[in-house]
Amino acid sequence: MGAQSCLEANDWICGEYVRTRSQELLDATVQHVGITLVSVVIGLLIAFPLALVARRWRTAAGPVLGLTTILYTVPSLAMFALLTPIFGVSAAVVVTGLVLYSLTILVRNILAGLESVPQEVREAARGMGYGPVKLLFGVELPLALPALTAGLRIATVSTVAMTTIGAVVGYGGLGNLISSGMEGFFKAEVLTASVLCVLLAVVADVLLLGLQRLLTPWTRAQARARSRARRERRAAGRAKKAVA
Amino acid sequence: MDAITGAWDWLATSANWAGEKGVWHRLGEHVYLSALCLAISCLIALPVALYLGHIGKGGALAVNISNVGRAVPTFAVLVLLTLSPLGTAGDWPTIIALVLFAVPPLLTNAYVGMREADRDVVEAARGMGMSGPQLLLRVELPLAYPLIMTGLRSAGVQVVATATLAALAGGGGLGRIITAGFGNYNTPQVVAGAVLVAVLALLVEGLLVLTDRAFDPMRRGRSRSRKSRTTADDATPAGSPA
Repeated sequence: MGAQSCLEANDWICGEYVRTRSQELLDATVQHVGITLVSVVIGLLIAFPLALVARRWRTAAGPVLGLTTILYTVPSLAMFALLTPIFGVSAAVVVTGLVLYSLTILVRNILAGLESVPQEVREAARGMGYGPVKLLFGVELPLALPALTAGLRIATVSTVAMTTIGAVVGYGGLGNLISSGMEGFFKAEVLTASVLCVLLAVVADVLLLGLQRLLTPWTRAQARARSRARRERRAAGRAKKAVA
Repeated sequence: MDAITGAWDWLATSANWAGEKGVWHRLGEHVYLSALCLAISCLIALPVALYLGHIGKGGALAVNISNVGRAVPTFAVLVLLTLSPLGTAGDWPTIIALVLFAVPPLLTNAYVGMREADRDVVEAARGMGMSGPQLLLRVELPLAYPLIMTGLRSAGVQVVATATLAALAGGGGLGRIITAGFGNYNTPQVVAGAVLVAVLALLVEGLLVLTDRAFDPMRRGRSRSRKSRTTADDATPAGSPA
């Protein structure tokens, strides 16, 4: 078996490919991460005020949620195709499309998170002299964080996966490699890029989960208390059964 | 604006609708593939989810499958299947990829729906002497119906959207109009194709909403209580557009 054999044999798994094309793989990964990151950050910056508007004015909630849901049903290939005449062939097409998709998930989750804040907590904060801005950022937002990060995780993971479709305009990160691998029937290129893509999604998800746990230490204490209560209830139930 | 008037002209040209590469043929392929895949996915996902939900096991599995499904790029699966030995088997790479992406939302929603069926009602029915299958069909299934239909809707829309990607891997369907337009630098055709696909996706969504309403086993009783539930149910739309 020579060193070139797996490239020549066009194997699915090929270490030689990863070694010789590491620069290409790195560039594609950097582009992938960049597009995903920019899209999710912009999505969050737009979704947050939208969620606030939907919460403040009930009549706005329907149209805001409806519009973002309609955007979600537009297939990504069609979305990128529709945006191309506006932006030309550029990364902006992909980023705009991905931002529009992330809005659906982010707006709903931020809204659900803000609405889950108990009314008593709000009243108490107001009683302590909190103004609307301080109430939002000091009390409501921290309490909404679990729901918010849950949405952020879903949005990020699906954005990582969807970035690959950007390959139609040449800005798909690892999707570009999948696309060129398909054209050249180059199996190792397709499989390596696909696996890297899934790995990126998993890493992003774990990082966000870690961030959430760092930012919301109190939820862990609650979960511990809940599971302890459940264990005790179960033990009590077993004891009762044993007696019966 | 040129692209939009151009797209309108493209759609108004009857030559673009006829023939092997015409809109009608591509639309037929698209609808056929989507319907077939949705049917296969339902046959796979629903019995498993209903059974697991009924016996109350495998919850972590049902939820995790949905999360993993989001992380896997459809495009990558399509290309991988096309390059595999299956690639020569006509539509099968597309069908398998579509089924893989329709199963998670169906499975998760049906399972969660079954588990969230009011436990008191289920216990009462059991107390009345209902057998397992009776319980499943007459109590749990009607109670789980809204969530099962939510899963069906997201799966349906997802399949129609994903079927577009088949074109990137050389398959049929409406996506071919878009990719062909890209290939010829024909922007009006690209926009026309995109509009066709978007309209089809919205039509399917609307159709599934109507089906949902028409077959709701508890239509009258639920209309009031549903309003308060939807916000929670819709907080995280299952699946992702592809």
